[in-house]
Amino acid sequence: MEDINVISENFSLLEDWEDKYQYLIELGEKLPPLADKYKTDEWKVSGCQSQVWLVPDYHDGKLSFEGDSDAIMVKGIIAVIMAIYQNKSAQEIKKIAVEKIFAKLGLQEHLSLSRRNGMMSMVDKIRYYADSFEK
Amino acid sequence: MYDVYKIRQAFPILQKLIDGKPNIYLDSAASAQKPKAVINIMNRILKNEYANVHRGTYALSDKITDKYEKARIIVQKFLNARSAQEIVFTRNATEAINLVAYSWAMENLHQGDEILISEAEHHANLIPWQIVCQKKGCVLRVFKIGDDGAYLPHEFTKSLSDKVKLVAVTAMSNVLGTIFPIKTITAEAHKIGAKVLIDACQAAVHQKIDVQDIDCDFLAFSGHKTYGPTGIGVLYGKSELLKSMPPYQTGGDMVDKVTYQHTTFAEPPSRFEAGTPAIVEAIGLGEALRYMQKIGLENITLHEQELVKYMYEKCREIKDFKHIGSLPNKGGVFSFQVGNIHPQDLAYVLGKEGVAIRIGHHCAEPLVERMGYNSVARASFGLYTTKEDIDAFVKAVAKAQKFFK
Ligand SMILES: Cc1ncc(COP(=O)(O)O)c(C=O)c1O
Repeated sequence: MEDINVISENFSLLEDWEDKYQYLIELGEKLPPLADKYKTDEWKVSGCQSQVWLVPDYHDGKLSFEGDSDAIMVKGIIAVIMAIYQNKSAQEIKKIAVEKIFAKLGLQEHLSLSRRNGMMSMVDKIRYYADSFEK
Repeated sequence: MYDVYKIRQAFPILQKLIDGKPNIYLDSAASAQKPKAVINIMNRILKNEYANVHRGTYALSDKITDKYEKARIIVQKFLNARSAQEIVFTRNATEAINLVAYSWAMENLHQGDEILISEAEHHANLIPWQIVCQKKGCVLRVFKIGDDGAYLPHEFTKSLSDKVKLVAVTAMSNVLGTIFPIKTITAEAHKIGAKVLIDACQAAVHQKIDVQDIDCDFLAFSGHKTYGPTGIGVLYGKSELLKSMPPYQTGGDMVDKVTYQHTTFAEPPSRFEAGTPAIVEAIGLGEALRYMQKIGLENITLHEQELVKYMYEKCREIKDFKHIGSLPNKGGVFSFQVGNIHPQDLAYVLGKEGVAIRIGHHCAEPLVERMGYNSVARASFGLYTTKEDIDAFVKAVAKAQKFFK
């Protein structure tokens, strides 16, 4: 798993969208694949144009996630989201301003509510898990 | 035919750069852009001529009522209906179909009756009938289409038993582009005494619609696809049918006589237009239809056929390009899959290149699944679409292919 600071630094070196997308694709390729047994409706994030799965894990008071998609670019975006939220407490998760991070990366359009690609639904689901593990 | 480059001048949004790129708008099947004539008339009314309709006793109200009712006459002529009383203004096609489901089907269908639709229906012409079937104990029959999207006459007639009381079909598929022979379908359905509803949402944009010639009982379309505003749609219904139907919603503007305990309802179409209608939008729709008629529906069809031919030719240049709905004589709607590129991935790159397409199930989920997909990309044309738009599309797809190699 790449560190979000490293990702951020790499992004800042990329100028046009072609290079950014290429980098996203690479990040997606590096994302550990989700076991097929999790690729079910139970773990599916609804509201996405592609199939997206998210599986939470809770260890020593920290949450981590595994995610996957059948779309390559979406997988890259998931890799970024994973890097942002990996191994954090519920409290920490709730404090993360993910929109700001995406804006800094120049990827804000991928989290906008208007684009119905549903990446925001994934963030919502992560926050939902954070809420439920807190209790 | 017409000079498409001149036509484009009438559409301000097509002159604009979107994120610094020309606007290659290939999503007209979802909603069409608006010509100046429509924008201007709506602006003018809001600025100078606005009032409520049917209510005031002053000059502005009289004038706008007159315009609103004239818009109805424009729609009547557009569809060649017998009278303006057969034209009901609704919010959109979806509401028009729901109106028929609630005010006609719920009243007239009984346990064991059947409703027949095609495999190619938009959710708007599917879900209302599912609800009717659940509530009334009717059966929803679905007749098959070909793997290429073709209408198969024997599949239709096979499903058309005398239990069928309503046939509800699209005149043109919003996913496959298939044009259904609605006149023949209507004649067959009438032979066994079934009523016929036509979903003309896509067809109304692409070809001349003549409800007397088709002889359908109901027909629905949406203003926003016919170059008019959102918030306005049309239900055509044969006069005697509309007269036999109870209101869909109740309230102001649709009554004859009201006491505290009892109300008698106005005649159609007022009976079905409860509350203040979408006045400015109805007038905008009238202007949009006039705009289309000025260009000529035959010319619009010819232009589109040219584009369809050109699109098929150009797509042959793209490796692994698969058409979903591949009839040669279809309307200007192209669903497709490129190699194994996910439509979402494709849309990201096309979006960056300024090419507006739509992906997903296009509100026809069972159809997209029946064709073997859970999401497809779709490029669709309007009367302002050019061959250059298609060239730009092909170029952008080629770029996406390089990306996702
Ligand atoms: C064939 C068809 N039917 C019905 C509809 C529904 O139209 P509206 O959403 O304007 O009610 C559409 C629009 O997408 C359509 O293409």
